[in-house]
Amino acid sequence: MIDVLRIPAVALIVLGLFFMIVGPLGLIRFPDFYTRAHATGKCDSLGEALILLGFILYADFGLETVKIALLIVFIYILTPTATHAIIRTAYVLGLRPWRPGEGRR
Amino acid sequence: MTDIFTISGAVLIFTIFLCLYRVVVGPGACNRLIAVNTIGTKTIILLVIIGYIYGRPIFLDIALAYALINFIATLAMAKYYEKGCIC
Repeated sequence: MIDVLRIPAVALIVLGLFFMIVGPLGLIRFPDFYTRAHATGKCDSLGEALILLGFILYADFGLETVKIALLIVFIYILTPTATHAIIRTAYVLGLRPWRPGEGRR
Repeated sequence: MTDIFTISGAVLIFTIFLCLYRVVVGPGACNRLIAVNTIGTKTIILLVIIGYIYGRPIFLDIALAYALINFIATLAMAKYYEKGCIC
């Protein structure tokens, strides 16, 4: 039973690692602060949720399952909130959004 | 099965170094702040992976505490750069 569940567990972990690689790639490549926040805020939430879901499928049912599910709920609430707070800070400080044709900032 | 955990940890450390580029180079405080937040959220997954590699479930509690501490620290730094004080 557990051996059957390990195949989707590994698939979910690999899919989550793909999103975890794509997020910092956008953090390096994008030209503006707001686009960088757009890249990392969503890729991190989705990638972490997928990896932790794979860990839930890998382990036996018990206290660890409840803890990892709680971790997924925390991440889905806390990471977008922190990103929103940082973007609001940048907006208050007066960073202008990037327009097409401008250089990298 | 431990091999996929080790490979996942290595890939995560590589992505942490990618984020560290933005922390060192990035112009202004906001770019550095969002890169530090990204590093913190990757560290949570790294803690869970370390707990599975060594077979110690106590690392999950550390990961839970680290998630909350990372959120509070990011929020406090954002508030400080916005207003000049934590209030």
